[in-house]
Amino acid sequence: MSGFKSNNAVVNWVEDRLPVFSMLRHSAVEYPTPKNLNYWWNFGSLAAFTLVILIATGLFLAMNYTPNSALAFDSVERIMRDVNYGWLLRYLHSNGASMFFILVYIHIFRGLYYGSYKAPRELLWFIGIAIYLTMMATGFLGYVLPWGQMSFWGATVITNLFSAFPLIGDSIVTLLWGGFSVDNPTLNRFFALHFLLPFVILGLVALHVWALHSVKSNNPLGIEMNGPQDAIPFHPYYTVKDLFGIGVFLMIYMAFVFWAPNFFGEPDNYIPANPMLTPPHIVPEWYYLPFYAILRAFTVDLWFIPAKLLGVVAMFGAILILFALPWLDSSKVRSATFRPLYRQFFWLFVINAFVLGYCGAKPTTDFLVTVSQIATAYYFAHFLIVLPWLSRKEKTLPLPASISAPVVKAIAVGAMLLIGATGFSGTAQANTATHELLKPEGGFSWGGVFGRYDRAALKRGWQVYHEVCSNCHGVKLVAFRNLAAVGLTPEEIKAIAAEKEVLDGPNDEGAMFQRPARPADRILSPYANDKAAAAIHGGAVPPDLSLIVKARANGPNYVYSLLLGYPDAPPADVAIPEGKMYNTYFPGYAIGMPRQVFDDVVTYADGTKATQEQIAKDVVTFLNWAAEPELEARKSLGVKVMVFLALLTALLFALKRQIWKDVH
Amino acid sequence: MADTAKNAQPSAADGQTRRDFLLQAASTVGVVGTGIALWPFVHSMNPAADTLALSTTDVDLSAIKPGQAITVVWRGAPVFVRSRTAEEIASAQAVNLSELRDPQSDAIRVKNPQWLIVVGICTHLGCVPLGQKPTDPRGEWGGWFCPCHGSQYDTSGRIRKGPAPKNLAVPAYQFTSDTTVRIG
Ligand code: FES
Repeated sequence: MSGFKSNNAVVNWVEDRLPVFSMLRHSAVEYPTPKNLNYWWNFGSLAAFTLVILIATGLFLAMNYTPNSALAFDSVERIMRDVNYGWLLRYLHSNGASMFFILVYIHIFRGLYYGSYKAPRELLWFIGIAIYLTMMATGFLGYVLPWGQMSFWGATVITNLFSAFPLIGDSIVTLLWGGFSVDNPTLNRFFALHFLLPFVILGLVALHVWALHSVKSNNPLGIEMNGPQDAIPFHPYYTVKDLFGIGVFLMIYMAFVFWAPNFFGEPDNYIPANPMLTPPHIVPEWYYLPFYAILRAFTVDLWFIPAKLLGVVAMFGAILILFALPWLDSSKVRSATFRPLYRQFFWLFVINAFVLGYCGAKPTTDFLVTVSQIATAYYFAHFLIVLPWLSRKEKTLPLPASISAPVVKAIAVGAMLLIGATGFSGTAQANTATHELLKPEGGFSWGGVFGRYDRAALKRGWQVYHEVCSNCHGVKLVAFRNLAAVGLTPEEIKAIAAEKEVLDGPNDEGAMFQRPARPADRILSPYANDKAAAAIHGGAVPPDLSLIVKARANGPNYVYSLLLGYPDAPPADVAIPEGKMYNTYFPGYAIGMPRQVFDDVVTYADGTKATQEQIAKDVVTFLNWAAEPELEARKSLGVKVMVFLALLTALLFALKRQIWKDVH
Repeated sequence: MADTAKNAQPSAADGQTRRDFLLQAASTVGVVGTGIALWPFVHSMNPAADTLALSTTDVDLSAIKPGQAITVVWRGAPVFVRSRTAEEIASAQAVNLSELRDPQSDAIRVKNPQWLIVVGICTHLGCVPLGQKPTDPRGEWGGWFCPCHGSQYDTSGRIRKGPAPKNLAVPAYQFTSDTTVRIG
């Protein structure tokens, strides 16, 4: 490298032996960058930043996670409840994955709009697609690890895609599973691969940046830099701009982490995996939805090719076709700014992608299948017909002579993020009960930015659980010691724990024995096991209530409504099987649990009048606490983080303005 | 700025100080924030709430005859519970404290002279010393012998010879009845 000299002897000593400093200066400081990049060019660095967060949080999560099908679900809940800041690490990780995809999607669409895939940047584009494909695989593998219902059935469906291939398909699937169904060996290897692939992505990112630095950045005008007047050094101009972007991005990301951590997830994934029962409506993670729609669009065989194979091939083809893009679009003009027709088709393509995403999120209906088919056809037509045709026929606008001439205005960055966030969020609920849910008077106390649990309601809710619900249901993820948060004293907790017997042993004679529970023990169901519970309850197992609120869409209102949803006179036209009750809000109306909540079924220790509404509201408060014990810590930390980020981002914005004020 | 003396080149100088100030402020806030953000990662490696809660073990002493010892698990590590014979108690009490590397009288190491309860981890580098079984070597002082590097402990679990610096640790415990003890 050319004549690097520092005043520092140690730096020079290292430099002579390993030229890291000149390399850094060359590629991170002096690196000439077009001076007209708009904010759409921030998303590459944002994605790299997010990748680092994902790897860091993932590493620390892995220290507490157990990749065993019998233990995985509970180990994740242990992270959420017992590991110091475990809930923060997990929510940073799961929401970080969604953020990573949003950023990368915007980054890809940016490339499509400004023609960043064209010569000489084809290889840069290819590496990018490879990153995207690896991300898809990593995201899928990671989603399996919590071993909830969606994890399990997602894994089953996605691995079964490979069975579509003739002859070898079934053997591939057996190989992927390491057995004859998705099971413990599958989980083990998925964990190993989920740990490996992010480092593969990291390597690909290094290649991506290397390729970028060889061909230099594209820019909104799509013309090459003509000379030094068009370029500015990367540092400080784009370092400060990227840092400012990180500040803005972190505020959006943290808003999800602290206030809507399960926004991108599915409630069903808080139900432990059950290989015997598929949830009524399963969806993949939101970032696969457009491709999922393409998969489902193929419903009839074509000559001798089965529909199943067609769907799978189309799904993979939809991504692989991106590799051919530099040749399908042979227009010499890169940027859509100067391609009036392409610009319109670009937006049509974006809208089409959202339509596909929407179709992928919803249960299949004839209408939606037709829409998916049209959208799928258009997706491929865009690449195979529209782009080649445009390349030949489109009248492009005259290109400016150099970058220094015009200035292209950036569009608001946040807009697309919001569209991405809300447009794709699929709700997988297929509640057959269509009645609008009841809401308690005055609402629940823990909503909103600063929401906290109403302590008195929490304690009353515990009393209701203890006196009524606990006769059939456990809250096995809650230990007696946790009841300190409900407001019980250590002595009360000891006394309550001692009421219950738990199995311990073996003792010195090798026999198991019962002993009174201690505060460290968990609040188990009164039945020895599920079979025993089912035998007593006519085949239905009273579910564990630890996560019941989190495992249902609109959980608090749903459970509240369910408890009060036993009308005195059930509608005559609904047939309820023998031994079941009618419940207005239960999917399918036929519920095993008889009505439990009546006025004065408990006598509150604090003298509150025990109306049935009051009882239901209180017990839902307790159950929400059981599901989200970290909620108060989460929200209060969130407020502090947001205040900090607002300050940092404001400073970075001011600094960026100072640094940039003489450019343009 | 109100500084009238420097009116000659206001914008350049102003811009420079303003820029320096912003750079310093933003870097400070950024570095402090990053530093604080590392804490949750580090703290996640500390013992979790459930681990901390599992800190008591109940031991039934009724079946242990004088001269016998049992090993129980407390917080994932062995605890030695030894029912000492009269001679063992006498020899533990008779020691001249000035001879000891880690001087402690036997009286402060036990709650009931018959029962010696110590954490069974050599204070040298963490091996489990021998001496619980009648067939084990117990060293010259009749307590425990660590096979790893030869530390020897007496009948009060005090270090007498070898590289270990400290006596075997005494865990917190209470007698919950005449024949049961709760460790932790
Ligand atoms: S560990 Fe016991 S003597 Fe070294």
